[in-house]
Amino acid sequence: MSANPETVKQSSSSLKDKLATFHSWAAVDDSTLNKGQKLAVKYFMGAVILFIFQIIFGLLAGIQFIAPGFLYEILDFSVNRMIHINAMILWMLYGFIGCTYWLLEDESGTEIVGLKYGVIGFWVLSAAITIVVLVYLLIQTGAGNDTTLWLINEGREYIEAPRWADIGIVAVMLIFFYNVVMTFSKGKWSGIAGVLTLDLVALAGLYVAGMFYMTNITHEQFWWWWVIHLWVEATWEVLVGVIMAWSLMTILGVSRRIVTTWLYIEVALMFGSGILGLGHHYFWIGTPEYWLTIGGFFSALEPIPLVAMVVHAVYDSGERSFKNMNHPAMAWLIAHAFGNFFGGGVWGFMHTLPQINLYTHGTQWSASHGHFAFFGAYATINIAFFYIAIQHWRGNVWMGSNSLNEWRWKWALALLNIGVVGMTIALLIAGYEQSFIERAIGGSTWGGYFAAQTHPSFMSAMHWRMLFGLVTAAGLGLLVWDLLTIGKGETRKAEMIIHSK
Amino acid sequence: MSENPQWASESFWKKVAVWVTAGSFLILVVLTFDTLKQTSAGGDRVPAYSVINKKIDYQFDKKLNKFMPIIDGEELLFGKEFSEEEAEQLVTLGKKTTQAKNCMNCHTLLGNGAYFAPDLTKAWLDQGWLTVGLREEQMLKFLMDPEKNARTFGTDRKMPNLDITKEEAKGIVAFLKWMSSIDTNGFPYNFTTIYAEDD
Ligand code: HEM
Ligand code: HEM
Ligand SMILES: [Fe+2]
Repeated sequence: MSANPETVKQSSSSLKDKLATFHSWAAVDDSTLNKGQKLAVKYFMGAVILFIFQIIFGLLAGIQFIAPGFLYEILDFSVNRMIHINAMILWMLYGFIGCTYWLLEDESGTEIVGLKYGVIGFWVLSAAITIVVLVYLLIQTGAGNDTTLWLINEGREYIEAPRWADIGIVAVMLIFFYNVVMTFSKGKWSGIAGVLTLDLVALAGLYVAGMFYMTNITHEQFWWWWVIHLWVEATWEVLVGVIMAWSLMTILGVSRRIVTTWLYIEVALMFGSGILGLGHHYFWIGTPEYWLTIGGFFSALEPIPLVAMVVHAVYDSGERSFKNMNHPAMAWLIAHAFGNFFGGGVWGFMHTLPQINLYTHGTQWSASHGHFAFFGAYATINIAFFYIAIQHWRGNVWMGSNSLNEWRWKWALALLNIGVVGMTIALLIAGYEQSFIERAIGGSTWGGYFAAQTHPSFMSAMHWRMLFGLVTAAGLGLLVWDLLTIGKGETRKAEMIIHSK
Repeated sequence: MSENPQWASESFWKKVAVWVTAGSFLILVVLTFDTLKQTSAGGDRVPAYSVINKKIDYQFDKKLNKFMPIIDGEELLFGKEFSEEEAEQLVTLGKKTTQAKNCMNCHTLLGNGAYFAPDLTKAWLDQGWLTVGLREEQMLKFLMDPEKNARTFGTDRKMPNLDITKEEAKGIVAFLKWMSSIDTNGFPYNFTTIYAEDD
């Protein structure tokens, strides 16, 4: 297409106008952000959109437990569920990348090195995701050959993205690294910067472990868990430790020395238990018996760092009488500390020893834990950061006590947490019932499985899950509305906090 | 920093963090090599693909106090004896098909996946296939047209038609048969196989 330069200019300027109109409607002001933060808000907006997708497809999948004919052979359960969990992983990764870009310039004390590449990376990644989702929705499955695994779907829970997209994701991650490492190198390194960089290397390196086809399913699942477990129970956990450290320092004013020391303690405890805790997924997949002991022992220690993180967050906040410049963000950070501990630590611990996992493995029990942990640990801290970002983007407005329309963020917080905890309890009941009737008595046969699925307590649990799913969705709706409006029309500037040395 | 005891100092915990992480990772790497070796196809825990020529059962072992796969005697699949190479080819086709059709987002395999449909770890041995004689035919028919051959057991949940070809269906059956022979440390517990009635 040979475009007339004149029209190109016009359309790009009209796009600029539209963007400007949107900015003035949303009352956001780019000039209050540094370059890294401008990139960060792109990622945060992408994250919110993917979060909405996650919930829509979760609701569809949930309905299919109650009405199996719903969308049968149009959007089957497998498709809805895949998009539900893929959108979740992606929005959280978007959020984490956003958080990193957000703190990069402040922490390094210099300008981001490769902003241009970062922006290109963002659009490439977003375009790739759009294509992947369209293929999931419209093509869904393919023939049993390599072409399907390369172009349509890899068929491995959480990392279903086809191989071409895997390669794209790794390429974009390399750009991200380049930006992080080069910016810190140009500016200054700190304890937080060091932990962050090494953790990101590990996080991306692990993804590569999930990029190979294997016929031997024992080997395949062995490596698959390297990605899934060593992400959520090691590298992501340390990443949120970094984000938490930085947030406590900036919005509460805790001293750098204290947050850095805590961060090292958390790394030691988390990696010390989480790396070998990987063994709790190697009980039943064909791997040797020593994993029963190693996996059981080390994973049982995993709640310890999560307790330490609660103590840290609550103690530091209490010491400052919770005096801070961003109430919604602070509330979500506290929700994170508790959610991480209960969803990951307590719910994980309850089924982590092999003697109990023999019966709960692969039941709604796992779904109960999965929901509580991913929400409690990772949704919460990302939401906290959305609030930190929007406060700055609206010109560092007041978000302390008696801010306008406070009820919105409070109700969003309440509905989302009540919704997810409600779903967690409903799934827990279903999980106990399934472990007992299908597993212990029915011996996991197909007959045993369906006996458990048709049991009245299972069916009523599925209805409760749906109800609380709707509460969650309402909470998300309110959250999005609040993010679009909070601080608009606010004339007071944010309170200054006193930083301890 | 003089008011700080050594054990509460930043530099102390930095060293601890580095050593603990490196140590744990090193142990994991060593165990990974050992595990991969012990679980390569053809070993004790994960049988060779040609196990599809054999009779596979799953029974409680009183001495070991857990359920164990029992492999003995010949029981050909589709009336054919597969060489090691042919068997691997067929199981590979089956494994790729399970990925291409996204089985894992409804079912669990070795207990991992989704919880909308039954576990497939020992599907080959399930009494749902009625008799040993009917099993192969039932499985192929079901996989190729799950809607008409639905085994919904009162839930109305039906597996969708996934356009599985006959060759792919055979691959899946071979894959499921091979998977049922893996030593999974006694998971699932208390499973009654299709052979149990014959005893
Ligand atoms: C915030 C951190 C965590 C997240 C996000 C998380 C998430 C998950 C998810 C989604 C699953 C299901 C995987 C599947 O689809 O098969 C799972 C399984 C499991 N998690 Fe966690 N988890 C976390 C922390 C923990 C901790 C700290 C423990 C132990 C103390 C734990 C123990 C387990 C166990 C034993 C399973 C296997 C369940 C089964 O056998 O089916 N998790 N986790
Ligand atoms: C409207 C709210 C939601 C509904 C109705 C919903 C529904 C579902 C359904 C039906 C499944 C499939 C479970 C199965 O295989 O049986 C699922 C899986 C999952 N969902 Fe949700 N979900 C919702 C919100 C969330 C949220 C907020 C999160 C986390 C932030 C989440 C994380 C997950 C995870 C990790 C899995 C995989 C669990 C596993 O394999 O063990 N979901 N969800
Ligand atoms: Fe785990």
